[in-house]
Amino acid sequence: MTTVLAGFRDGWIVTRRNLLRYMRLPQLVVISSIQPIMFLTLFNFVFGGAIGATVAGSGPYINYLLPGILVQTILFGSLQTGVGLSRDLNAGIIDRFRSLPMSRSAVLTGRTSADIIRSSLVAMILLGMGYVYGFRFQNGAGDAVMMIALILAFGYAFSWIAAFVGLAVKDEETAQLAGFLFIFPLTFASATFVPTATMPHWLQVFANNQPVTFAVTAARHFALGTPSGGAEWKLLAWIVGILLVFIPLSIYSYKKRS
Amino acid sequence: MKYAFELKNVKKHYGKVVALDGVTLRAEEGKVYGMLGPNGAGKTTIVKILSTLIEPDKGVATVAGIDISLDPTSVRKTIGLAGQFAAIDEFLTGRENIYMVGLLYGLKAKESKTRTTDILERLNLTDAADRQVKTYSGGMRRRLDLGASLVGHPKILFLDEPTTGLDPRTRKELWEIIRDLAKDGTSILLTTQYLEEADELADKIAVIDYGKVIAEGTSAQLKAKLGGDMVEFEMTNEADYRKALEATKGISKGIKGDDFELTIKIPVKHSATDLLKITQIVDRAGVKPQNISLHKPTLDDVFLAITGKKPKHQLPKKPKGGKQ
Repeated sequence: MTTVLAGFRDGWIVTRRNLLRYMRLPQLVVISSIQPIMFLTLFNFVFGGAIGATVAGSGPYINYLLPGILVQTILFGSLQTGVGLSRDLNAGIIDRFRSLPMSRSAVLTGRTSADIIRSSLVAMILLGMGYVYGFRFQNGAGDAVMMIALILAFGYAFSWIAAFVGLAVKDEETAQLAGFLFIFPLTFASATFVPTATMPHWLQVFANNQPVTFAVTAARHFALGTPSGGAEWKLLAWIVGILLVFIPLSIYSYKKRS
Repeated sequence: MKYAFELKNVKKHYGKVVALDGVTLRAEEGKVYGMLGPNGAGKTTIVKILSTLIEPDKGVATVAGIDISLDPTSVRKTIGLAGQFAAIDEFLTGRENIYMVGLLYGLKAKESKTRTTDILERLNLTDAADRQVKTYSGGMRRRLDLGASLVGHPKILFLDEPTTGLDPRTRKELWEIIRDLAKDGTSILLTTQYLEEADELADKIAVIDYGKVIAEGTSAQLKAKLGGDMVEFEMTNEADYRKALEATKGISKGIKGDDFELTIKIPVKHSATDLLKITQIVDRAGVKPQNISLHKPTLDDVFLAITGKKPKHQLPKKPKGGKQ
């Protein structure tokens, strides 16, 4: 019990340190908001006219688009976990932490927690921008909260994958690239921007059965009331599964570094 | 007798590279133990093992009598680590850095706060305490890094090349601080590439090369092997050379003349005063030397004396924290 308590205490100390860093580097939050806003704007005004009609079942394209961009943004944000850990490793800060009588999980929980808090902020900014472009929740406040909570939980789980990658690679550039390599196909070969129905069959098989599509479908379900086909439960299973595998793996990797 | 730390036949390799090839050493409590060796000799590996960052492949390492493999948590409570690459957060202030480490040592918020203020004061960082570390000079960063290692009241301090890359003045400031800590009874492991530094600070010195201890002893014992400082005279002609050699005969043991180079090397104990005396003797003999120099032994000379060859730089490892 005391070790669990110490774990939370130390985790919070490291979270606060990481949040302080983010506050001192406000450009990081600004820049990580600019990219999704750019995506939102470009997709909405460039593609919206052409494909909006095809997906119009749920009203204006912005309603369809925003939950997707939100998922994508939170996933990209999760990559920061790996980048941040890699940076701390190279700066020798992790060595200091590892020589201290602190919880062995705190550096990782502190990192992932701070990152999800930053991601929430970016999500709020993006939602605000969506409202400016005409996005409206169709299903009430309760479901809106459900949507945001589910997306953040998914992002948090992804942070732990990124943490594992960040501890495994040698430098932050590699951590960033390795993250992009698996997040790009995941977000584009999915229902994030367009329905999967027009994709070739082999791609559909992949797109329809991968977690990003579940996340986007579930997000739309809560935002717009569209049918989810149980996507929220499949996503939940993915989240739990990822956490069960990658939390122990990352902590093991943190302990065993030589 | 309890030792501050002890290694018994410790071996460690990274892939095919042997970092430690059976190191055995022990340090008395409350003393400064110096570890002298070139880059890649294995010094940092030893520090990493003792500070629980890595485990040895073979052998036993204990700190304050505790086996680092069996109970690393207890070891971590008794130690402080300050590295060659200041492991502090650039975007936090000096105060925030030390305070955070204090909390992570398990200090209560209030305790960590007062301890932080004391340390900043002691390390002469009070004025810069509330500035972000990215504005600090190299010397200030090292002092802060050292400060962070002190906040948990460590009984044993590991200082891995704390002065590497610092200018001479800043180095001497840091020496003062280390001496102060030693006076307080903290056991210290200090690694360095500079003989002078080990000589200044360490009660006992181990010379490390190729992952092995090749010599161990007090500074005086090591210097005895080297012959200490040397005054060197270079003459313009053989007649002067003979005269000078005759005049200086017997003033010190181990005088070496080289009748081809026309140089005389005289080992001295008190370099400055001895240099003055010898110069007067030579002057009185009516000799005008072409060149007089005072030669202090370096790490190279230690290696030359012990192994008969100059240190080789082995294991070129990527330095951590190169980007600051």
